[in-house]
Amino acid sequence: MKILVPVKRVLDYNVKARVKADGSGMDLANVKMAMNPFDEIAVEEAVRLKEAGIATEVVAVSCGAAVCAETLRAAMAIGADRGILVDCGELSDAELQPLAVAKLLKALCDTEAPQLVICGKQAIDDDANQTGQMLAALMGWPQAPFASKLSLDGKLATVTREIDGGLETLEMTLPAVVTTDLRLNEPRYATLPNIMKAKKKPLETVKPTDLRVDVAPRLAILKVAEPSKRSAGVLVPDVATLVDKLKNEAKVI
Amino acid sequence: MAVLVIAEHDNQSIKTATLNAVTAAQAVGADIHVLVTGSGCSIAAQAAAAIGAVAKVLVCDAAQYEAQTAENVAELVRALAADYSHVFAAATSAGKNMLPRVAALLDVAQISDIVAVESADTFVRPIYAGNALATVKSTERVKVVTVRTAAFDPAPLGGSAPIEAVPAAKDLGLTRVVGRELTKSERPELGAAKIIVSGGRGLGNGENYRTLLEPLADKLGAALGASRAAVDAGFVPNDYQVGQTGKIVAPQVYIAIGISGAIQHLAGMKDSRLIVAINKDPEAPIFQVADYGLVADLFAAVPELTASL
Repeated sequence: MKILVPVKRVLDYNVKARVKADGSGMDLANVKMAMNPFDEIAVEEAVRLKEAGIATEVVAVSCGAAVCAETLRAAMAIGADRGILVDCGELSDAELQPLAVAKLLKALCDTEAPQLVICGKQAIDDDANQTGQMLAALMGWPQAPFASKLSLDGKLATVTREIDGGLETLEMTLPAVVTTDLRLNEPRYATLPNIMKAKKKPLETVKPTDLRVDVAPRLAILKVAEPSKRSAGVLVPDVATLVDKLKNEAKVI
Repeated sequence: MAVLVIAEHDNQSIKTATLNAVTAAQAVGADIHVLVTGSGCSIAAQAAAAIGAVAKVLVCDAAQYEAQTAENVAELVRALAADYSHVFAAATSAGKNMLPRVAALLDVAQISDIVAVESADTFVRPIYAGNALATVKSTERVKVVTVRTAAFDPAPLGGSAPIEAVPAAKDLGLTRVVGRELTKSERPELGAAKIIVSGGRGLGNGENYRTLLEPLADKLGAALGASRAAVDAGFVPNDYQVGQTGKIVAPQVYIAIGISGAIQHLAGMKDSRLIVAINKDPEAPIFQVADYGLVADLFAAVPELTASL
């Protein structure tokens, strides 16, 4: 069974995001980039399924600038077998939008015919939380977003999902799209030998035109602004003062 | 053309999150229709008709919608969407699951998690864990939008809109719900609570979380929340998580106890009216957003706080 795992290159989660002074977007010059954390969980899950003898091949896909090849190498260092870079040229991260990515992934699913696609539930840059569900729609496949547990038995997938009130367990026939939540697994650190090995794994580059997908943005970002900052509060010396302030100053209790 | 709001319900009542979405939809400046989909959902449809701002309720009552699976509901919304300029849903786990599927079926972009409506085609949404606000314009023929519930007040009741039955779409039979394990609690829902008591790694374990935070929450009539660290460590179930990828809340009062305040956590609560932080580390980033900070050992301070309320 083949598993396809889309991975996105995003601002490292430890780096504070900054808005460009002219309000045209985010300042991503000379900042540390990394694989979207939810996508790391997706790669880890796919690799574990391969190690368990359930999956036979794990294919990582990244859509974006040529530099996304680094993200594919990172996925291969975790254990993905090969990578496909969909080189979107000069299109910025904000211009390459979820519907276009879902269409690129659909085109790859049509040729690669994976039985399972595991996506991160959302990218921590645009926080859109759309691509996996959109891909499932375009393929006419079942979807299981926000998975905290995944088990496969032949053509049947059983997925436990994190929902607002607790947990929900779904059963579906493969092929399907699953998106990862935080508790699905804890991704491993890539070891140096595996990082070296990843450099020799096959990486194919295709263009959106090869896949006959129009990736032009559908949404125009008119401006990006910093949210208003909270004014600094006060430190109180003890519980009695805190209670007094809550009662008499803020009047909330 | 009107705005279609997809209701969330439990067959008996409409979830507050839908009322928040209706308020956002009102800002578009068109008639609002609410879709109630389920099996045996006529009472919920009546509850939707009682929302003041609603002009019409569409109800689709069929066995295949009992579990309200995203695949089947999206198929139905696809069929209805031709008559609407906008499709709105709350950005809850159900809305986030279903609505992107609708958007892709309609071949339109979705705008996720809006916090403001600038005009009928322009919306504001947070990106980068709320560190930036993007103003986004859509020229799609149908604007498919999820609404951050904490950013809009619930729409008031007091209407009696007509209810119209709509035929079911094809049953796709793609997924089957085999179990739901819902956290039982007498406390208010996180998303709708006026006061939230939230705990982090500093509590040490789940027993401390319960023995220290539950009595405080009981006294305040508060909901209970948690940081990702506390959920990952197994102190509390996943649905307690407040943060960028958990629940986004904006209560009147948010009391953060033993939470250091990673940016991902702040993204979920920094729009709270008043933030109180109790933490023994004076350098904890939570103090940069707290209105009232108390640098103290929570194991002494929390029982004292509970006792003095």
